[in-house]
Amino acid sequence: MSDARPPSPGSAEASHTRLTRRRLIVTGAAGAAAAYGLSAGGASARDLSSSLFRSTAAGTVTFGSNASDPVPKKAYANVFKAFAAKTGTKVDVNTVDHNTFQEQINTYLQGQPQDVFTWFAGYRLQFFAQKGLLTPIDDVWATLKPQFAPAFQNASKGADGKFYFVPIYAYPWAVHYRKSVFKAKGYTIPKTWDQLIALCKKMKADGLTPIAFTDKDGWPAMGTFDILNMRINGYDFHIRLMAGKERWDGPQVKKVFNTWREILPYTSDGALGLTWQEGAQQLLNKEAGMYMLGTFVGQQFTGADAKDLDFFAYPAINPKWGQDSVDAPIDGFAMTKKAKNTKEAKQLLTYLGSAAAENIYLKSDPNNVGANKGVDKSKYNATQKKSAALIASSKHIAQFLDRDTRPDFASTVMIPAIQQFLNKPNDVNGLVSSIQKQKKAIFGS
Amino acid sequence: MTTLTAAEDTRPVRKRPLSPSRIVLHAFLIITALLWLAPVAWAVFTSFRPYADTAKNGYVSFPHSLSLVNYRTAWSQADIPLHFWNSMIITLPAIVLILLFAASVAYVVSRFSFWFNVPLLIFFMAANLLPQQVIITPVYEMYLRIHLPTWLSESGLAYDSFIGLIAINVAFQTGFCTFVLSNYMKTLPKSLTEAARVDGASVTRQFFGIIMPLCKPAFAALAVLEFTWIYNDFFWAVVLMSSGDKRPITSSLTSLSGQYFTDNNLIAAASVLVALPTIMVFALLQRQFISGLTLGATKE
Amino acid sequence: MATHVAPSVEADGTPRKGRAVRLSGRDRIALALMVGLPLIVVGGLIWFPTFASIALSFTSWDGIGGITTAKWIGTENYQQVATIYPGFWPAVRHNLIWLGYLTLVATPFGLFLAYQLDKEIRGSRFYQSVFFLPVVLSFAIIGFIVQLVYSPTQGLVNGIFGSNTDWLGDPSINLWAVLVLVGWRHAGYIMILYLAGLKAIDPALREAAAIDGAGEWHSFRTVVFPALRPINIVIVVVTVIEALRAFDIVYLVNKGRNGLELLSILVTNNIIGEASRIGYGSAIAVILIAVSIIPIIVFVWNSFQESEQA
Repeated sequence: MSDARPPSPGSAEASHTRLTRRRLIVTGAAGAAAAYGLSAGGASARDLSSSLFRSTAAGTVTFGSNASDPVPKKAYANVFKAFAAKTGTKVDVNTVDHNTFQEQINTYLQGQPQDVFTWFAGYRLQFFAQKGLLTPIDDVWATLKPQFAPAFQNASKGADGKFYFVPIYAYPWAVHYRKSVFKAKGYTIPKTWDQLIALCKKMKADGLTPIAFTDKDGWPAMGTFDILNMRINGYDFHIRLMAGKERWDGPQVKKVFNTWREILPYTSDGALGLTWQEGAQQLLNKEAGMYMLGTFVGQQFTGADAKDLDFFAYPAINPKWGQDSVDAPIDGFAMTKKAKNTKEAKQLLTYLGSAAAENIYLKSDPNNVGANKGVDKSKYNATQKKSAALIASSKHIAQFLDRDTRPDFASTVMIPAIQQFLNKPNDVNGLVSSIQKQKKAIFGS
Repeated sequence: MTTLTAAEDTRPVRKRPLSPSRIVLHAFLIITALLWLAPVAWAVFTSFRPYADTAKNGYVSFPHSLSLVNYRTAWSQADIPLHFWNSMIITLPAIVLILLFAASVAYVVSRFSFWFNVPLLIFFMAANLLPQQVIITPVYEMYLRIHLPTWLSESGLAYDSFIGLIAINVAFQTGFCTFVLSNYMKTLPKSLTEAARVDGASVTRQFFGIIMPLCKPAFAALAVLEFTWIYNDFFWAVVLMSSGDKRPITSSLTSLSGQYFTDNNLIAAASVLVALPTIMVFALLQRQFISGLTLGATKE
Repeated sequence: MATHVAPSVEADGTPRKGRAVRLSGRDRIALALMVGLPLIVVGGLIWFPTFASIALSFTSWDGIGGITTAKWIGTENYQQVATIYPGFWPAVRHNLIWLGYLTLVATPFGLFLAYQLDKEIRGSRFYQSVFFLPVVLSFAIIGFIVQLVYSPTQGLVNGIFGSNTDWLGDPSINLWAVLVLVGWRHAGYIMILYLAGLKAIDPALREAAAIDGAGEWHSFRTVVFPALRPINIVIVVVTVIEALRAFDIVYLVNKGRNGLELLSILVTNNIIGEASRIGYGSAIAVILIAVSIIPIIVFVWNSFQESEQA
């Protein structure tokens, strides 16, 4: 972005990685020069390296990243290393911690954003495209189209039909459990709602918390709302509801909350004080039998526990819909309107959409499923294989409530509303009428 | 029951005979002090425990091992040196500017009888009492539109620049210091400046030559207080600084809360590291700090 | 430039009010800068945005695309805030509880500590440092300590007492749990302010009261406390402002939801973050300003009176 950065004292793990890049390129080039049989006097090898890379695009592209956790951060670093080796374009990364990045996104995109940034598919993407904060990338997708299934292609488009997004991976939400526990207690995987309730009763009698449930952060419970809504009222209703085209105080939504109430007695105590990591701990410690969460819950399981972790699709409720829908949020990248290095940005996006990039990423962060059709599935672990199968077998993929609807509605209305429901599950009428009033104020109708 | 003589208040703490009420007082103070330290001590204790230990045995347990691993990890993963440096870039110039501005206004208000003295004081003091959230959007929008030369701001704008953060902190804190300093300056004898003025000294000469040196105790106290407040600020940095590597140290704590994984022991270690500078500053300058606070608190 | 000397007597011979001032041109420039520069900075970065927030509260704007995209909607934001926003009245209630707690519990305790420490006992400096320690910690750290202490499964309190109370997740108790640690910090702050005030009391005053043979509480009530009027005002205002400004701890615990709503949190949730309902959030901010103005005016009025009496 700019050249005059203050020197970063201290660790090499600083998000400012330019020095490491340059050293890597020169070392790589010196190796290449030696391979060409040139006498590797330091100066001449360096001269050759710079001329080799001058012939390809020797530019810089800036990248705004929310991957502040060590695992994804390293995974991206590997991808960018490969990208630089392939094209000679350096990637300048600005990492901001995950939550702050998301919260600042409005100010970020209008301020001084990098060229390319990590983002999500869904309404969250279309909203910013509509506001003119993103650059359409139809030209990038000219080469990418055949590599992605229609579901992923659609998820990458704005409301105007143009492409704005390049996906990298997705992860489904499903009901997780420990195989050993199910085997020891003789539980079977429930396929319908009644079977689920029966299983919960059995688990409770056995001294387990049937369903681990946490909602201190506000968003985990949305997963349950989404899946119940899609199972009871169907995907189309769900998406229309998210888009503000349906009433919240109608009988359909009331049915969702009333159904949800049936299962609340079987969920964790004090859910509103627990973070999702604590829920994972409950599953890990065999205190809970099941946990409805994204496959990222696997990050809390290591070694033998990881092998014991498995999941199944949420049971069907309305036979009309069966298990045809799943929440499988897609993460990826978009290009800001204010991007300065447009050529290099599109170059990076093309690379990030490739199966090669996804393979490199997933090697370090194997909890997700690659979006590209050509991704190397032979390297998938058991979880990934199942996740890919689940996504592939679902007729409809939703992006998760806070990505499918307006951000102000999701954060200021839905989070408190769901928490209110968990505190007072019997007052559904009051709840939905309050949501409807606020929804009207926000969506305008 | 006890008698006070004028001499007693100037002497350092002296031993008093142990009466029953004194014993009760001491007991109360010791117990309260221990309870007071408990939360912090707990955090420090947690910081020395490796994550595996607490994951296995819970946090409220005797440690099976103690180590500095969390401190090493926090140091590098949260980039503590870089962020500490950022904090210094923001805090130190801000303190200088605040004291300069506050002293200037205090000087005018205390040495001259202009019609605008009281309104001016109100203007500054009230500014310090507003909640930060009240002004955040306009400040943000303004910052996005104020262009600065690149030697002043890397980003070319007031947004995402050190100077922007310095400016907002200065604006926010000047009121308090103005208040304190104007009270302090009122206690300085008028004869000093009268003499200088009669001699023909200009306003600037009086200000820099006489008033400022006399204010050193007040400056010391205010500098300690302001250092604590600006260094500890969390809100402005999060909103007005988008570059991860320019953020000050308090926001680096949030960077350790992972998207998927929060290691409390690690954050405890980072918290200790972040808190050390303010604790040290306060410990070293405690006496100046307390005496300095006297200056703003009372009037003659 | 010409020098100007104000005559020390009026035309009719009565002495002119105020000091006779001789100000050279250079002096005028210096004074103008000394007042003007701070004025511009504070005016531009604090007061102008405050009035801008008030103006914005009558609009509907999502913060994107420049101020011209803002739509004027009159008092609609205020109506919505007061009638359909489920978090608003709880937030008002919580701010009031916060204020009550600080006024009735934390501040008096701070005063009490200050009074005890003023008694010249051994180790008073040590106690001072201990009690003031939470004040020098950033709220980010205190927020983290709150989690460490109150976590239902991993926290100190539940670990020691063997309970599994949901301190932070149960909306009927989480505010109180947080307030304990808020008081922990606030009392230390008040203590230091009050100590400073106590140290400045004329010892002759206390001596006189002691000679009277009056009891400790009596002499405190009739002599010490009234003598501290200036610092009392400061403490009242600080207490009220801290209650209205409360934000960081609650935000770090759970972003200010589920029983921890506060007005400042509502403003932040609507303005910062993806929600970006600028007009709506500004309306809540204006309500916050309106409430804060009262103690500000009280304080300023009192200081004004003091300076008149001085």
